[in-house]
Amino acid sequence: MDAIILQILNGLDKGSAYALIALGLTLIFGTLGVVNFAHGALFMIGAFCAVTLSRILTFSHTVIDETKKDFLGNPLKVEVPYIYDIFGQATGDVIIDWAVPISILFAIPVMVAIGFAMERGLIKHFYKRPHADQILVTFGLAIVLQEIIKYFYGANPIPTPAPAAFTGSFDFGAMLGFDPNTIIYPYWRLVYFAFAAVIIGAVFAFLQFTTFGMVVRAGMADRETVGLLGINIDKRFTIMFGIAAAVAGLAGVMYTPINSPNYHMGMDFLVLSFVVVVVGGMGSLSGAVLAGFLLGVLESFASMAVVLETLPGINQIIIYLVAIIILLTRPRGLMGRKGVMED
Amino acid sequence: MGLNKRDVTLLVIVAILCLFAPFILNPFPEGSAMAQFNAGYPDLMQRLVIFGIFAIGFNILFGLTGYLSFGHAAFLGVGSYAAIWMMKLLTMNVIPAIIISVLVAGLFSLLVGWISLRRSGIYFSILTLAFAQMSYSLAYSVLTPITGGETGLQPKVNDPRILDGALAEGQTPRANLFGLQMNQSYEMAVGDWVFTFNAGYYLAAIVMLIAFYISIRIFRSPFGMMLRAVKSNQQRLNYTGLNAKPYTLAAFVISGMYAGLAGGLLVAMDTQVGAERMFWTASGEVVLMTILGGAGTLIGPVLGAGFIKYMENIVSKINKSILEQWFAFMPDGIEDLLVTLVYPFIGKGWHLTLGILFMLVVIFLPGGLVEGGQRVGRLFKRKKPAGDKPDGKTTPAE
Amino acid sequence: MSNSKLTRRGLIKTGAVAGAAGLALPTYLRADGHAGFLNAPAGSTVTLGFNVPQSGPYADEGADELRAYELAVEHLNGEGDGGMMNTFTSKALKGNGILGKKVEYVTGDTQTKSDAARASAKSMIEKDGAIMITGGSSSGVAVAVQALCQEAGVIFMAGLTHSNDTTGKDRRANGFRHFFNSYMSGAALAPVLANAYGTDRKAYHLTADYNWGYTTEEAVKTSTEAMGWETVNAVKTPLTQTDFSSYIAPVLQSGADTLVLNHYGGNMVNSLTNAVQFGLRDKQVNGKDFQIIVPLYSRLMAKGAGANVKGIFGSTNWHWSLQDEGSKAFVKSFGTKYGFPPSQAAHTCYVQALLYADAVERAGSFNPCAVVEALEGFEFDGMGNGKTLYRADDHQCFKDVLVVKGKENPSSEFDLLEVVEVTPVEQVTYAPDHPQFAGGSLGTCNPGA
Repeated sequence: MDAIILQILNGLDKGSAYALIALGLTLIFGTLGVVNFAHGALFMIGAFCAVTLSRILTFSHTVIDETKKDFLGNPLKVEVPYIYDIFGQATGDVIIDWAVPISILFAIPVMVAIGFAMERGLIKHFYKRPHADQILVTFGLAIVLQEIIKYFYGANPIPTPAPAAFTGSFDFGAMLGFDPNTIIYPYWRLVYFAFAAVIIGAVFAFLQFTTFGMVVRAGMADRETVGLLGINIDKRFTIMFGIAAAVAGLAGVMYTPINSPNYHMGMDFLVLSFVVVVVGGMGSLSGAVLAGFLLGVLESFASMAVVLETLPGINQIIIYLVAIIILLTRPRGLMGRKGVMED
Repeated sequence: MGLNKRDVTLLVIVAILCLFAPFILNPFPEGSAMAQFNAGYPDLMQRLVIFGIFAIGFNILFGLTGYLSFGHAAFLGVGSYAAIWMMKLLTMNVIPAIIISVLVAGLFSLLVGWISLRRSGIYFSILTLAFAQMSYSLAYSVLTPITGGETGLQPKVNDPRILDGALAEGQTPRANLFGLQMNQSYEMAVGDWVFTFNAGYYLAAIVMLIAFYISIRIFRSPFGMMLRAVKSNQQRLNYTGLNAKPYTLAAFVISGMYAGLAGGLLVAMDTQVGAERMFWTASGEVVLMTILGGAGTLIGPVLGAGFIKYMENIVSKINKSILEQWFAFMPDGIEDLLVTLVYPFIGKGWHLTLGILFMLVVIFLPGGLVEGGQRVGRLFKRKKPAGDKPDGKTTPAE
Repeated sequence: MSNSKLTRRGLIKTGAVAGAAGLALPTYLRADGHAGFLNAPAGSTVTLGFNVPQSGPYADEGADELRAYELAVEHLNGEGDGGMMNTFTSKALKGNGILGKKVEYVTGDTQTKSDAARASAKSMIEKDGAIMITGGSSSGVAVAVQALCQEAGVIFMAGLTHSNDTTGKDRRANGFRHFFNSYMSGAALAPVLANAYGTDRKAYHLTADYNWGYTTEEAVKTSTEAMGWETVNAVKTPLTQTDFSSYIAPVLQSGADTLVLNHYGGNMVNSLTNAVQFGLRDKQVNGKDFQIIVPLYSRLMAKGAGANVKGIFGSTNWHWSLQDEGSKAFVKSFGTKYGFPPSQAAHTCYVQALLYADAVERAGSFNPCAVVEALEGFEFDGMGNGKTLYRADDHQCFKDVLVVKGKENPSSEFDLLEVVEVTPVEQVTYAPDHPQFAGGSLGTCNPGA
């Protein structure tokens, strides 16, 4: 029982990452009709916003410490962050410690700007082109973006820890009456889950309850008619692209303490997020979120030792197997709309 | 041969290109600074034609029916595994290996196609992707006893090879065609140039020409017309009382067999199989080759395959010291500047160059490289108005 | 490529004569008709092929390997301070290239994929006339390229490859490995672990689901069980896994008090980060502090896991903080040239390049069979790791193995590991037909012509 609760927790946590990425992907797809292979790259750039900010915060000048030696036997150069000079060491350390949450503020404008630039500069010209061309150009863009990151940050993962306040884990087991230590879960992952829930809720509320959202939803359903009504749908779609980029970026920022970011993390998520979107059903936001959580939970169950003993290797293929089964039983995924990307 | 005049011309041109590839791909004299760009060595020539076959086959499915498979690398991989096992168990002669690779890939694609073709559009793409990813993951891990997993499979001295005689002491098993070893080469030196004529390459090239010929015949046949009808409007096709599924399934299996053939040939030329051959990026690569070259055209996929393989093998090998040699004749400051400017795009940065080229081609040449060729052609002969192009050879998809 | 090929440069000379007369002279050579060997250097230079990962997750490791090779080439050609050539016990190398020929090199990208690695190696052999291929950062690539070099008839000096298979079931006569292997990691780690954590431990293994993971799990399991540990469970994780939470969460429930992460590279960084995140190391199980072990450490990769490596045991082939003369000389010349200390991958690659050059000098010939003979059973010292033997039976180097621990108070971003113990070579030596290495045969050397 406790093992199952634990895996459900795991699944929800994994699922929240999948759902966030799939949500952004579906937003772009649903509004603009563009298959964006660069979406994983946006997630990765978000993560590197956090890396960049913590680099900026720890931007240092060197002081030579004569008492210590470096590896060649020369006097050791000690790096002192400028932030110490401004706020003093204690406050400086707190700010550096909180780099990841602070990056959210930094990442939003950056990601929205990148989103706008992408849509206006490139994607705009591909609305009328075949999906294959869209795939090729966004895939090319994804490669270019990740190679640029690799050029500046290297190929190795870069550790980006969560604030010290969030280290350690919360003991659910004790709370629910199980033995202590049976169901523990890291605080930061709980934060990530809550964060994802807030973002997903905000996007839905925005589309549901604002006039802007209403127009966008109308545009998703029938772009031509909305245009005929004299509404500048293009401008709104550009804004939606910016929002989708920001959602992907924020998912990336908050993900950095969970796994150290590296330049190819976007590609690692790309295929998976497409599977999630399609299983959810093309063009359906709630489908994407639902599929994200569903696949996350199933993946977690498949990784249990008991399951692996009976079905060795099931953890390797579970997501794809489930995708096949769902697509064969439900022609348009869980909640897909008729006629979207079926030809 | 059942071809019209234009197709015969195209086939003859391709045949001539294949025949003289060792010259054409080695335009620069040995030892010169530009020799870096020579591609006329056996391994790359073999890869160019083999991936050409893979892309031609993919194009039969994607170019004609519009079904975008994201899992074709699985058929190539399965074909490769079948071929290497044939070599380990039966004989190092490449003929049985190639035949079995086509058959096994055909059967596997029949299974995958039969299931995946129940859906269309992106749902179909994801189904094929799912099958390919499962094949890759299992081959890399739990199927290690059959596939060799991470380290893959290579022929070993102590394999059974029941049809072959015992190896002489100190000999290693080598892929051959009735005794003609695939890695055997003639070398011809003319002045500073060295041209290599490799047995394996010519075998692969002949196979490619046959594959190309069959693909032309399919494009021109009533069957090909039917496939195009599937692409342009499947619904209308259904209303006329025709069931499109057998046609698309046939196209899927044919292209799967082409992939298996490419896999078998890869093993015949370079006796090794690794599971990475089936990873989704490998499936993506053939999609890129086809679109880049010009989907739906006859020659486009071959051009696209050549382009990508050339970039991968040539640009990745240029390193900083080669750059310094190139620009050595310049004044120091300018030399350093040029080296710094070019350096991010070569060697370890070859992916960046590839990504930029993808974007440029697809932005400026919507019909792929074939369209680029047409535009250049139009510049030189303006006598005919555009649009007077033979169907299939030059009309890009959609 | 042709096992039937004269040297390219030799051909140019003959060809030039024919070409001058305006004649194309086809040269058809047969394997049995020619007594030389493949790519024999004919001019005043010799070409080596450095085949390292330049794209993909191991690109940084590959870049460090390349730096080491460039340094080795400098030293071989008599430039720079000579590095380990001064401390190497064999004095055959004179700093005038190899056998008087200036060393040149070509580079390629393995992409850490066996197909791409072979394509790159083949182009070096066929196009550039490389006489030796070296480098790489995974066992899959090492085994694939080693098999290729055996077929083609050039020497392969493996880079970073740790799986038992490279010199076990997939060993080849033309291939040599300086790096240590899974078995040695297990044998070196077990006594140190027993010392630090006691002999009554319950271990839970997470193992990367591919060949290297299997051999490492087996090696660590066998040697820790021999010390009295119990293995509670061993769970396989997919190579492509990035989030290990669902594998780590159940560890505490299993009653295990030690977690062994048979992961490398990105897998290791992520699984270790996740395990520390779950607070495993703050827990007490069976009345003992919970511990995590990483059998194969790489400093470059440890950097990716940040503070999470503190206090965690593992093994490594070499570390720049070693104080023997060879290591000091290498660190000095590498550090002076590049401004930071070398990684273990850089060390292995540098040593492999030097060992190859030295073997050629001693053999007096570039012929692969002569090189194989010179390297087999070769004993040397002064290259870090103390006294070392290239065993003739399987072409594996036998030398001391380092047991390291993540440093609690690193003084710089390079100072992540501290050497806990230098396990003497006797303790990690095994029989060539040891069950973990069974099923392979070297065959005979292939000179390619």
